[in-house]
Parts: sequence; structure tokens; C-alpha cells
Amino acid sequence: MIKDVQFGEETKVEKGTLYVNKEKIKEMVLEDKRLIKADVELARPGESVRIAPVKDVIEPRVKVEGNGQVFPGIINKVKTVGEGRTHALVGSNVVTCGKIVGFQEGLIDMSGPTAKYTPFSKTNNVCVVIEGREDLETHEYEEAGRLAGLKVAAYIGEAGKKVEPNEIVTYETKPLLEQVAEYPDLPKVGYVHMLQSQGLLHDTYYYGVDAKVMVPTFMYPTEMMDGAIVSGNCVAPCDKVTTFHHFNNPVIEDLYERHGKDINFIGVVLTNENVWLMDKERSSDMTAKLCRHLGLDGVIITEEGYGNPDTDLMMNCQKVAQEDIDVVLITDEFPGRDGKSQSVADTVPEADALVSCGNGNVIEYFPPMDKVIGTLDYIETMIGGYEGSLKEDGSIEAEIQIIIASTIANGYNTLAAKGY
Amino acid sequence: MSKIKVVHYINNFFANIGGEEKADVPPEIREGKIGPGLALESSLGEEYEIVATAICGDSYFGENIEEAKETLMGMIEKYDPDLFVAGPAFNAGRYGTACGTMAKEVEEKLNIPVITGMYSENPGVDLFKQDIHIIETSISAAGMRKAMKKIADLGDKMVKEEEILSPQEEGYFERGIRVNYFNDVRGSKRAVDMLIKKMKKEEYNTEYPMPVFDRVDPMPAIKDLSKIKVALVTSGGVVPQGNPDKIESSSATKYGIYDISNLESMKKDDFMTIHGGYDRAFVTENPNLVVPLDVMREYEEEGVIGELADYFVTTTGTGTSVGNAKGFGEEFSKKLVEDGVGAVLLTST
Repeated sequence: MIKDVQFGEETKVEKGTLYVNKEKIKEMVLEDKRLIKADVELARPGESVRIAPVKDVIEPRVKVEGNGQVFPGIINKVKTVGEGRTHALVGSNVVTCGKIVGFQEGLIDMSGPTAKYTPFSKTNNVCVVIEGREDLETHEYEEAGRLAGLKVAAYIGEAGKKVEPNEIVTYETKPLLEQVAEYPDLPKVGYVHMLQSQGLLHDTYYYGVDAKVMVPTFMYPTEMMDGAIVSGNCVAPCDKVTTFHHFNNPVIEDLYERHGKDINFIGVVLTNENVWLMDKERSSDMTAKLCRHLGLDGVIITEEGYGNPDTDLMMNCQKVAQEDIDVVLITDEFPGRDGKSQSVADTVPEADALVSCGNGNVIEYFPPMDKVIGTLDYIETMIGGYEGSLKEDGSIEAEIQIIIASTIANGYNTLAAKGY
Repeated sequence: MSKIKVVHYINNFFANIGGEEKADVPPEIREGKIGPGLALESSLGEEYEIVATAICGDSYFGENIEEAKETLMGMIEKYDPDLFVAGPAFNAGRYGTACGTMAKEVEEKLNIPVITGMYSENPGVDLFKQDIHIIETSISAAGMRKAMKKIADLGDKMVKEEEILSPQEEGYFERGIRVNYFNDVRGSKRAVDMLIKKMKKEEYNTEYPMPVFDRVDPMPAIKDLSKIKVALVTSGGVVPQGNPDKIESSSATKYGIYDISNLESMKKDDFMTIHGGYDRAFVTENPNLVVPLDVMREYEEEGVIGELADYFVTTTGTGTSVGNAKGFGEEFSKKLVEDGVGAVLLTST
């Protein structure tokens, strides 16, 4: 458990404090010739600090036992992960930020009234501020930023290799037939995990494969804990499933919690959210087919993003329910600033059990902070911002969808909405 | 200290003017409280005073809504109230509609708290529950005292700007307004609990009952496009460089109308897209991908269409509420019709 972060000559963990070597990190980031400037700044819980525009948040982790390394197929050789032992520097994160790629990046306040909306106000953050070459094309810039964050997180993660953990948690899913046989009397439950794949700048990677060119597949939940899935940058900030959230998927954790007691958690069906109708039809057909094939009695479905992916969410819900499987959906809501419009863009009658992660259109006041890591130059054009959002004193008035993972639709937070 | 001023609205029956035979009495206003106003004032307590009671016959109101509304507003306004209470109407349909209409009007015009009460099957509930607070009452006036107590309690909170609790706690009909709160339990755990209950066939409560959308029927096909003026409308966020009207990249609150009368195509030096929901790289290079002016000019030249309107209408679709989108459409479609536009090419992203 990391309680503090400091700069130091050596990157290491000592008595709950994470020390990071600033120069080493800068050097590592600048190995990528697409990036011309890099800086490292620290942000701790309770400080008067605002970080923007945030691209991704990544928990430092390292494989201690078992096959492969973190982020297989991306920065390490491709190899099936999810077995053995992994150390996580819980309480610390790498945050990538810097000049905006495309409206979708968000902000993190480390203190003040809006800090409560994001889990990253409670962690000790190593912020990597990057600047790309002037002539760099957006997709290249996005990739350079993404890889920089993953590299730095893996590097810091190494420091956790020899640390004696405060807590060891064991998660186990057996091969299908064994898993079914282990708890024959408990209902078989699966998790349909929809990955954002609407296109360039709205992507997710599974063992290095772009989710929009894959077909739905089945995976062990533990693979995610080793970084089999990483976030591409740029999704509406409030909805962003950061790489941290892929490591720490709350649905997986909470299903394991009841595993062997009330349910038999069988595994994860991974699917995508493509923009073409043919892809939506194919992926939702295959998702329902896999759920049936696995003999599931119930599933939880989560989405990433809002609007267009609501269609995928509803198609998955309907088709899985038609296989006689009980379905619960998790989503966030966008009913407008007055809360009076419809919260989702699509509906099906089968969507009769839904958990809300809050209304992202609500306007909040963000008081000025002593320090800004990154820049506030883009606030008014970022998602959730608008003309006049940024005040002269550095305070901001914006919809809470501008905050990273504030209404994340996988149920990580306690924020919810109800009808008044 | 002067008291908090209340104006109360009731119908012919509760004003003791008479029943159905007197339902045609026109609007009037009397100083002080009448009939149910007694129960209202005693429930509100000493701080409050009913300064006037507005009265109208139910059928008169129903048959002359606009005129009755205006006349009553003029009468109510003069008393400069701090709170407006209508009814309660119980299960009386026409009375419920009158109470809802007046409460909504007073809130809009005077910007003061308004409240009414109705039985769940009163048609006024569905008509007005989204606009105003309607306390759920019993079916008949036998429940007057109970209803007035709830009306007074909620009205008092509204006047004092105290936090209004959920519909269940305060006793009003759910207005369909989504409000944030922090639950004690995180969403994923609530989902697992809900799924276990659902699989056991136990009762569970969805946190968001599915909304209803009003579907728009397509117009009949155009017979001869060559005589029609066509306009380009988009939710793809294409705007002149610099985004002069500062349309939002998400959750748009406005739209723009921009001149294209002298243009043959959308040049990337003149136009950009501010839409926050898709990869803009390709449209930044070629805005015609979203606003196909180049192709439309060819069609115009070839006579496939009669002519192209001098402007295009644009906003951002991503995250924009249905309420806002509907408002934009209602507004600019009037201009389109006025300008003789017969068809619209609507592009999304």
C-alpha cells in the first residue's frame, strides 16, 4: 500500500513511500522520437492540484510468478497472462497528461468539492506530462502518449517486485468444465465486458489486438489483472475505463466476492462496440451465442461510453435475455442538465434490471487550485466544458463529465442517479 | 414581521359557488381564504397567510384555457405571492388540469414555488408531473386534511429553499428528473446483488426504468426532387473555423446557421468540426464528408434537386439531450419552412 510519493535517486518502495527517479522517467519517455518534451510531477491526495488534460491512469504492477509480463502484446512479448502472482503498488498511479489529442481527455482535482467524483484524487500520482512533435498526426500522438504511460507504469511497477505485500488476495477461475463441476448447485454467472472500439481515438487493446477487429471471445477474469486489456486514449472522460480500471475491474472483484457462496463465476465474455450496424449485429449475436454455449444462468453487462454504445448494450441485453439468461446492466445517464430528458439513447423491454452510475450532465463548480499539472488551455472545448467554463481566476464551471471516470459505467464508484 | 404570502386556487365547487350547474363561472379573485384554504393555512402555520383565493369554474377554464389563464394570472400577480397552491383536485379531471395549468403558468411567470395535489388516476398527473410538484392524494375530498398537511410541508420547504427529498419521502409524483446522489454501496456490487435476486426470482428494483421515446413517422417520399429546395442539416459539429458561436463539443445547448451561398464545396481552411464523439481527423481534412456540399452542388447543376438552401444548420449530437435537440429542431424548422425548403438532408456521425 503506497501512502506517499517522492522523487529520489532510485525508483523504489520504502516503508510505504514510492520514490521515483525523475530523470530516468523523462529519458524513457523521450526514447520515442515522436515526443519532444517530457516532465514528471507528483500529485498527492488533499493537495491543491488540478491535473488536465488527463489521457490515461495506470497502476504500477509487476509479474512476480507465472507466465508473461504486464501489458503483453503491447510493451512486452505476447504471452497468455493471468496465472501466478502479481504485485500492485496500490495507492499509486501513473497519470499521463499534456496537450490534448481530441476533446475527450479529462481532469482530476486532488482536493476540493469535485475531488470526490474521481478515484484518482485518493491516490499518489506520478504525472507524466508529454509534448509531441509539432507535425505529429493525432493517431501517432495518441499512440506515443499511450505507450509512454504503459512503459513508465511497468518501470515503476518493477519497484514492487521485492516488496512484502500488505495484503495477498487469491482469485481463481478453473477451466470451464472443472469450474462448472466445482459448484454444481450454484447458478453460473458470467460478465459481458464491452470494450470501447468506436474507432481511432476510441480504442481498447486486448493482447495488443485492436478490439474493433476482434470477434467476441471468452477469457479468464485474472488475465485482466495482468494487463491483458489496455485503454486507448480519448473517450468521454467521465466514462473512460482507464487502464487502472481494467486492472481493477469492480464487476470482476464483486463477482469473485460471491463466488462459491451464492454464484459460480464462470468467466468473462469480451466484446466490442463498433460503429457499423453489421458489426453490432455480429458481435451481439456472438455474445449471446457464447453465453448460451457456456451454460450461463445470469450475466452482468457493462459498456464504455454513451450514446452510440447504448445500442450495443441494448442489443446484447436483448439477445442474451432471449437465451433465457437473467441480465443486469450497468450504465451511466445523460438526461441533460435539467435531468428531464431520456438518460440512454436506446432501449429494449428486456432492460428491466439496471444499475445507474449517475447523471454526467450535472454542472459543478471547480474552485481554483494552487497548481496545475498540464494545462487548462483546452477546458472549454473538452467534453463537459463550454463557452465561459474557464474563469479568469482559474476556477471552472463544467459538467461533471469532464472529470476522469466520474460516471464510469462499470460500477466502480458509488455515484448514482434516482428519479425525483 | 410580515407574513409569507400565499395565493390559493380552487374551483366553483370548493368555493361553495355550486356544483356542475355553476362550472361555467368565469375567473374571479377574493381576498383571504375560502373553503379548503382553512386547512391549508392551519397546516402552513403562523408564518403564512393566504392573501387571496383565485376561483374559476372547471368547464369555463376547460373551454377558455388561454383567456382564463391570462385573466387569472393578472389577478394573482397583483398580490405578489411567495407561494402558489392549487387544489388539491383529488380525482376531478378538469379541475386537475386547471390546477396543473395554473401552477405551471405561475411558476413560469412569477418564478415562485408552486404546488398542487391530485389522485394518481387524475389525468392532470401525467400532463403536469414533470413540470411541477404534485402531491399524491386520496380519491376524494375525504382526504383533504392529510393532503393539505403534505402540501404545506413541501410548500414550506420550497419557500425556505430547503432540500426536497425523494418522491417517496415527500409524497409527490415522481417527476422523471434524474438527480445524482452517492449510494452507500458501489454500482458493481449493487449489480451483483440485483442479479442474484433476479436469478432467485426475488423482487428487485431497477434503478432506471426504461424511458419512452416519441418516434417520428417518416414523411411520404418526395415525388419530384428536381423542383425542391434542399437544405443541409447536421449533428456532426461542422462549424466555420474558430467556432464563432462556441457550440459545445458535447451536450450542445445551441446550434448554428452558416452561409454557404457562394461556396462550391466545404474547404478545410474555412470549416472545422468541434464534435467530441468521433475521430475528427478525416473530417478535419475534408468537411464535405459530413456536410456534402460538393456533391449537392453537382446535383444542383445537374438538376437532380431544384436548388440548395443558402445556409446549413449544425450542432453537436454527442451527449446532447433529447430535450435540447427537440428544441433546436422546433425552432430552426420554422425558418426552413419560411425559406421555402421542401426537404432536408440530415447527416449524423
